[in-house]
Amino acid sequence: MAINKDSNVFTFGFAIAMVVVVGTVLAVAAMGLKDRQKANVQQEKMKNILSTIGAMKADGDRSKAKGLFDKHVVEQKVFNAEGEIMEDAPEAFKIDVRKEYKSLPQSKRHYPLYVCEKDGETYYVIPMVGTGLWGPIWGYIALEGDMETIYGTSFDHKGETPGLGAEISQSSFQEQFEGKTIFNQEGKFVSVGVLKSGAEGNKHAVDGITGGTITSKGVDEMIDRTIGTYVPYFKTKKA
Amino acid sequence: MAEEVAEKDNVEEKEPLFSKKNRKLLTDPLDDDNPITVQVLGICSALAITVQVQQAIIMALSVVFVMIGGNLIISLMRNIIPNRIRIIVQLVVIASLVILVDQILKAFVYDISKALSVFVGLIITNCIIMGRLEAFALGNKPWPSILDAVGNAAGYGWILIAVAVVREFFGSGAISFPGVGQLQIIPQGFYEFGYMNNNMMILPPMALVTVGIIIWIQRSKNTKLIED
Repeated sequence: MAINKDSNVFTFGFAIAMVVVVGTVLAVAAMGLKDRQKANVQQEKMKNILSTIGAMKADGDRSKAKGLFDKHVVEQKVFNAEGEIMEDAPEAFKIDVRKEYKSLPQSKRHYPLYVCEKDGETYYVIPMVGTGLWGPIWGYIALEGDMETIYGTSFDHKGETPGLGAEISQSSFQEQFEGKTIFNQEGKFVSVGVLKSGAEGNKHAVDGITGGTITSKGVDEMIDRTIGTYVPYFKTKKA
Repeated sequence: MAEEVAEKDNVEEKEPLFSKKNRKLLTDPLDDDNPITVQVLGICSALAITVQVQQAIIMALSVVFVMIGGNLIISLMRNIIPNRIRIIVQLVVIASLVILVDQILKAFVYDISKALSVFVGLIITNCIIMGRLEAFALGNKPWPSILDAVGNAAGYGWILIAVAVVREFFGSGAISFPGVGQLQIIPQGFYEFGYMNNNMMILPPMALVTVGIIIWIQRSKNTKLIED
């Protein structure tokens, strides 16, 4: 029996069969690869945290991240928007700050803090999320044991312009932050600004990126807002 | 007598894998029938991802894969695809292949997937792919369809990479490769004498100008393309 290719029955049948086949293939692929993808994302997160305290290079081997993470991260805390420790919060590492930034108001978000140790020194690593020019930007900032000097940073972005805003993920931009302080001499929180120019010699600012003004401003705002939340805790710890 | 004719037909059907006609499928899109410079298709992605050479290379490879897959699948199904929904069928095939590529990249080469980010999704909107599916794969056997896919993807890829080389060299003073990173080409000494990167090159309009210059050079060299 010859099939009429242009009949409605055949067209519908073909469409249904195609959708079922394609759906099955994609579902199987997604399910089968999910664990691997999740592991990659987690290792990447660990690597980013570790890179801010210099325990791992930014281009280091991702598979070593888990072991190093367990070794260096000694404590994970979670704060609420007022800077108080939350006792009933989920594990800090499991909190997706980027998701919360998108879907929750500031007062409802969780603020994780990773307490790390390397060569006998203590470091505090804070995850940050903000908005760049084309999409989200995020990063980690590591403070030294005095809770005010920046030890290292790591920034990344979803789709900033290569060569311009995307430069925030380059070490030349990130290294500028090292040694800057977030409190002024009177002990007031001033954050670390990202300026258009003239940050040289300024202990509370770095130079922004030429042609990446909006991304630079996003980084500035992200650091100020995020670290600001932890300030009450740092103050009680220091006092 | 009848047997001889049958045999002759047989010989004709088994044309060599790289017959003159098939070779033309491969080489035509590189120059005479280039998808970007002659057919002016796929311009949007040519503007978006030619800031750095490494992105252009990865994009070109992804397009090769999706194009071969798409052309092959459509060509195999060409006799059963209902005419009225053929565009939807093509779209579904392309979209599924792209999602599959994206999933596999995420699972096995996470770093490359990170570098590509949104561009993988952009492959779906690349009009060259759908153009070839509609214009060639729907009416030809699988092997010529594969050759056509390789040829067109390569024709697209080399223009992409050429534009990216020009833009990255003048825009950043460097050339980047996947897995290697950016290599500075213009020496630091030049900058000390006051040389500056042309930031305009990084912005999309200059990609259009660069493509335009490539078309100009090509038309002045290739006599077949000169219009009266």
